[in-house]
Amino acid sequence: MAVFGARRRNNDPALPPGQHLTESFPVLSAGPTPRIERETWSFSIETESGDVHRWSWEDFVTLPSEEISTDIHCVTSWSKLGTNWRGVSLDTLFADVQTSRQFVMAHSYGGYTTNLPLSDLLNGRAWIAYEYDGAPLDPEHGGPARLLVPHLYFWKSAKWVRSLVLQDADHPGFWEQYGYHLHGDPWREERYS
Amino acid sequence: MTDSAFAWRQGRLALSATLSSSARSLTFDVPGWPGSQPGQHIDIRLTAPDGYQAVRSYSLANSGAGERLELGVERLPDGEVSPFLVDELEIGDEVELRGPLGRWFVWQPEETRPVQLIGGGSGVVPLLAMMRAHADARTPVPMRLLYSLRSPENALYQEELRSLSDTAATTWHYTRVAPEGWAGEPARLTADVIRAETLAPESDPITYICGPTGFVESVAHELTRLGHHPDGIRTERFGGA
Amino acid sequence: MTHLDGNVLAGVTSSLFAFDLPTATGQCDACGDVASLAEAMVYGAPLGFVVRCRNCSGILVLLVERPGGVRLNMRGLRWLMPSATDSHPPAATPEAARFS
Repeated sequence: MAVFGARRRNNDPALPPGQHLTESFPVLSAGPTPRIERETWSFSIETESGDVHRWSWEDFVTLPSEEISTDIHCVTSWSKLGTNWRGVSLDTLFADVQTSRQFVMAHSYGGYTTNLPLSDLLNGRAWIAYEYDGAPLDPEHGGPARLLVPHLYFWKSAKWVRSLVLQDADHPGFWEQYGYHLHGDPWREERYS
Repeated sequence: MTDSAFAWRQGRLALSATLSSSARSLTFDVPGWPGSQPGQHIDIRLTAPDGYQAVRSYSLANSGAGERLELGVERLPDGEVSPFLVDELEIGDEVELRGPLGRWFVWQPEETRPVQLIGGGSGVVPLLAMMRAHADARTPVPMRLLYSLRSPENALYQEELRSLSDTAATTWHYTRVAPEGWAGEPARLTADVIRAETLAPESDPITYICGPTGFVESVAHELTRLGHHPDGIRTERFGGA
Repeated sequence: MTHLDGNVLAGVTSSLFAFDLPTATGQCDACGDVASLAEAMVYGAPLGFVVRCRNCSGILVLLVERPGGVRLNMRGLRWLMPSATDSHPPAATPEAARFS
C-alpha cells in the first residue's frame, strides 16, 4: 500500500516540523508579477514622526551588502536548504532611523503586505535581497529586491518590497488577515492564528 | 446548505495504465458516484501520516453514469501530489475525492453548435471526455481536436484519439520534436496553424481550450484576433502540482 | 507568474454556497467588468485563493482554507449572480444575491 507523504516523517534536524525538502524553488504569488524599473524603484522606511528614509536603486547598490546562505521554509510545507543571496542588512538600513515603535508593516509593489515585529528584522536576521544564486533576483522571485527574513515562514519575506512602515501594534498584513499566524516561526509551526 | 454530492468520498484504485513515461491513467471505483458530465473534474485529497493534507484538481477522462471514474495524470517535476499518483499509488489503494465539479468547462451532447477542442499536454484529458461522449451520443455535430505537444513521447491517449477519428478528428501539433514524416517544423502554436487547423468563426463553434496557463491564454488571444467571439470560448487552466 | 482560473474554486465553494460559484457572473467593483467567475485569474494557491478580475487584476474574492474553517472576502464584487442554468437550486433569488 502506498503511503502519501511518508517522506514527511523526517528526522532531519535541518527541517522544521511538518516540512519536506525541495530541490526546486516554487513560485507563489498573490497577484501578477509587477514590472518595476530600476530607474523608478525606491525603498523607504517610514517612522511615526513622518520621517521617510528613502533609497533609490543607485543609492541602494552602493550600500554595504553581504552574502547570505540560508534555509528557507514555506508554510505550504516545502523547505529549501542552503539558498544563496546577496542583500543589504536591515541593521544597515535602520542605522539612522529613530523610532519608539516595535512593529513593522512591509509594503510591496503590487499591493502585498505583511507584518513583523521590528526585533525580527534586526540583529543580523533580515535583509533586502537583490541577488539570488549570484545573479540579479528574478522578478518571479521578487526582483529587483525583496525582503528576506529566513527565520520566519517565507510569506513574511515580502517580494517586490517598497517600504517598511513602523506601526504601533502588530496589525495583520495580507495573509495574516485571513488566518495566517501573526509571527510565523516555522520551528514552532506557527502557521495559522 | 451542503449537498452530499460534494462531500468527500472514498475511491479505490481499480485499474491503471501507462500513458507515457510521465503519465498514468487511473481508474477508481467510487461507490455511490453520481456520474459526471464531459469536461468536469474532481478534487483529490491525500493525507500524510502526520495529518498534513494536500488537495489537487484532476479532470475526468470519462463521463456519464456508473461508479467508475478515470483520470489521466501527468507527473509534474515540482509536484507534490502528481508524482505520488503516477509513481506510487497501487491497485487497491484508496484516496478521498469530491465531485463531480465544474459547470463552466462542460460539453453537453444536446449542444447543436460545432465544437473545437484545443489541448496542450495533459490538458487533453477533459477534451477526451468530450470526444468519448460525442462518439457515444452518435451526434452529427462536428467536433475536432487540435492537440499541441512538445514531442510524440508526451502524447496521452494517442491510440484512442486515432480510433475516435471517425467521429472527431485530431490534428497533432508538435512544439519541440516532431515524428518522422510530420509536415512542418516543430514550433510554438502560431496564429497560422490555429487558423488552418480549427473551425472558422463563421461556423460559430464552441471552443474549449485546456492546458497550462500560458498556452491557454495565447491560444485564446489568437482566436479572438481571428474573429472568434469571446463568449464562444471556454478555458480551463492547469497550474502546478 | 502562472495563475489558475476560477474553475478551481468549484470544489472548495461547493460546501459554502447553494449555487455554483465558477459559473456565476460577477461585476468587478474596481473596473466594472462583468464576467463569469470561471474567467477570473486565481493566484496564491495553495496558501489561499486570490481571485482577480481578468480585466484590471483587482481582487474580487479572497478565500483561505485553514484548519477550523474558511475565511472569505467578496468585497471586490459589486454583485454576484448565479447562472440561470444552474441545476443546483439557489437558496435565494438572483436579485437577493446582489451585493449593494
